Amino acid sequence: MRHTISLLVENKFGVLARISNLFSARGYNIESLSVGETIDPNVSIMTIVTSGDDKIIEQITKQLNRLVDVIKVVDLTEYDHVEREMILIKVAPKPQDRAEVLRLTEIFRGKVVDSSPRTYTIEITGDEKKIAAFVELMRSFNIKEFVRTGKIAIAREGIR
Amino acid sequence: MRKTGAEIVIECLKKEGVRHIFGYPGGVVLGIFDLLYDNKEIQLILTRHEQGAVHAADGYARSTGKPGVVLVTSGPGATNTVTGIATAYMDSIPIVVFTGQVPTKLIGNDAFQEADIVGITRPCTKHNYLVKDVKDLARVIREAFYIATTGRPGPVLIDLPKDVLADSCTPHCPEKIHLKGYNPKYEGNKWMIKQAAKAISKAKRAVILAGGGVIHSEASKELRELAELTQIPVVMTLMGLGAFSGSHPLSLGMPGMHGSYYANMAIQESDLLICIGARFDDRVTGRLSDFAPHAKVIHIDIDPTSINKNVYAHIPIVGDAKRVLRVLIEEVKEEGPHKWDAIRKAWLRQIEKWRKERPLTYEYSDEVIKPQFVVEKIYELTRGEAIISTEVGQNQMWTAQFYKFEKPRTLLSSGGLGTMGYGFPAAIGAQVAHPDKIVIDIAGDGSFQMNIQELATCVTYKLPVKVAILNNMYLGMVRQWQELFYSERYSYSYLDVVPDFVRVAEAYGAVGLRATRPSEVEPVLKEALKVKDLPVVMDFVVDWKEKVYPMVPAGASLSEMIFGDEEKKKGKKKLRAVK
Repeated sequence: MRHTISLLVENKFGVLARISNLFSARGYNIESLSVGETIDPNVSIMTIVTSGDDKIIEQITKQLNRLVDVIKVVDLTEYDHVEREMILIKVAPKPQDRAEVLRLTEIFRGKVVDSSPRTYTIEITGDEKKIAAFVELMRSFNIKEFVRTGKIAIAREGIR
Repeated sequence: MRKTGAEIVIECLKKEGVRHIFGYPGGVVLGIFDLLYDNKEIQLILTRHEQGAVHAADGYARSTGKPGVVLVTSGPGATNTVTGIATAYMDSIPIVVFTGQVPTKLIGNDAFQEADIVGITRPCTKHNYLVKDVKDLARVIREAFYIATTGRPGPVLIDLPKDVLADSCTPHCPEKIHLKGYNPKYEGNKWMIKQAAKAISKAKRAVILAGGGVIHSEASKELRELAELTQIPVVMTLMGLGAFSGSHPLSLGMPGMHGSYYANMAIQESDLLICIGARFDDRVTGRLSDFAPHAKVIHIDIDPTSINKNVYAHIPIVGDAKRVLRVLIEEVKEEGPHKWDAIRKAWLRQIEKWRKERPLTYEYSDEVIKPQFVVEKIYELTRGEAIISTEVGQNQMWTAQFYKFEKPRTLLSSGGLGTMGYGFPAAIGAQVAHPDKIVIDIAGDGSFQMNIQELATCVTYKLPVKVAILNNMYLGMVRQWQELFYSERYSYSYLDVVPDFVRVAEAYGAVGLRATRPSEVEPVLKEALKVKDLPVVMDFVVDWKEKVYPMVPAGASLSEMIFGDEEKKKGKKKLRAVK
């Protein structure tokens, strides 16, 4: 099963390497990972999406907790939480489809962040399903390139 | 007062109470070595290889409980420590390794003798540091010692660039360490401990499995009290040997791949397994799906990752073994006065039956020295009170089987990583810490050659380490597997050229002795034990055909042991078939 794990870590060099090392050394898989500073500049927050049975997830969270630079580990999957991901997608639709692309972008509450005579670059935020649905729709409009941020997630209520 | 980085290192080591460092000099750490030149309080033991230095620090730590300290240079000096660090990591041994590094400006430039040792050792240290600013140095050293020695102990590495050692500042060393992400839990959960006490009261066929954690937390007294109070027999992992007296009637010795029949049977038939400070290594459990099939498991460990990793714990208790056992003993007493003798009678009788049925044994010979006989003689002559180190392989298993360790911290052996070449330098570390104790490395001819150069270290510092080589001209354990599982195809396990160890010893200025017949074993050992200021190498030319039994083949269940006498019968049958 897929799990979204949120980590508070010391904002130091080498921390990301320690964490990715742990995953690779023990044969766990990282599906997505995002890192950023928190309000406290000494602390970063990481959101890692990984998958495995309960036993593996238990080991992953325990092993992460064991790292000296990891301050807190929360498996958000156990809690009610909000997840968001952002993608930038560049499409080059046929001239007659350009309006349709704009319409779909609007339906998905996306934004066109750049346009050229042949392309649109569209920004979409949302949960995984929404993003997957949008990417699916864009397939017929000649996708040139697309990048995604990886998931960030936050619990709905304060978690102890 | 302003101090240079090198001065800060020395001052911090003094503050940590360090008396001995094991090390090897080189370009970027000369600043520190210069200060050690006329330092009266800290002695550096110069080994002949950096790997030897780390194993020596490890042996120092295992035999004392205090952290061992290593100081080496950058590049190859640093990479040579990796095997030693990984050895200490697998067995949770507190050591602090200082490595030199090229100046900060050159890091990443492929400079001469540059290696990314922080990157290389990330997966085999408990934590590591690259110090980039001299102002952080004092704090980092304090943290390193704190991390190495608390919680589940382990190695910590500090990488010191040359310019940081030369820079100066007014050092600030905090007395108290506060690390947001590191708070080991020492007190076990009260409710869980109560459940454990209840389970102990209910169990009919309980067994204690004691590991290295009992030794790390100095919990031998508590373990003995619990075992004697509740009349529960004790099996010990390789790392746990010595945690409970090997000659105690409740001791069943070591379980696992080369464990005793009765230890393995006790685990397999138990209805309650109390695991204290052990991590259910595959060498202990055999095939996991058939491990202790009837047992409820109580697992006490300071490291939460050990719990539920291999074996499901019905009653998990995260905490320090000593503190948890103290509370547990009280809870067991509170559970009400039990007639423990009566409760355990049938179980202990069954175990005695197993013990008589298949004792740990070997076939003595008048003609050729049996390796087990040498270990037995060493045990007799030292009354189980020497500090014994081992190499890895048959020598290690025979030591575990036939030397009954009486006290904790008297066996130094690479359990987790299984490092050949560990035993001799580890013995050096132990001898430095205990100048008046008898320290013996029980070695094989293969392993000893992996760090044989440390004879020079022993001679330099007049360390009377004894090396007992069980010389069979083979990589014996490899040979044993090839004989049993690879159709007797002895691929590269025969050591064609084995040096004359007596003359090697003498060439180094050490004492060399040899025994080729069983009657010579005791006189050689006695003579070696008399030597007080030089290392002694004893070359015991042993029966090369001897194997370690019983044996649980890799991947088999603990109940599927093979025994020496059975193999022999099978062998005869095979011969007959050939005729």
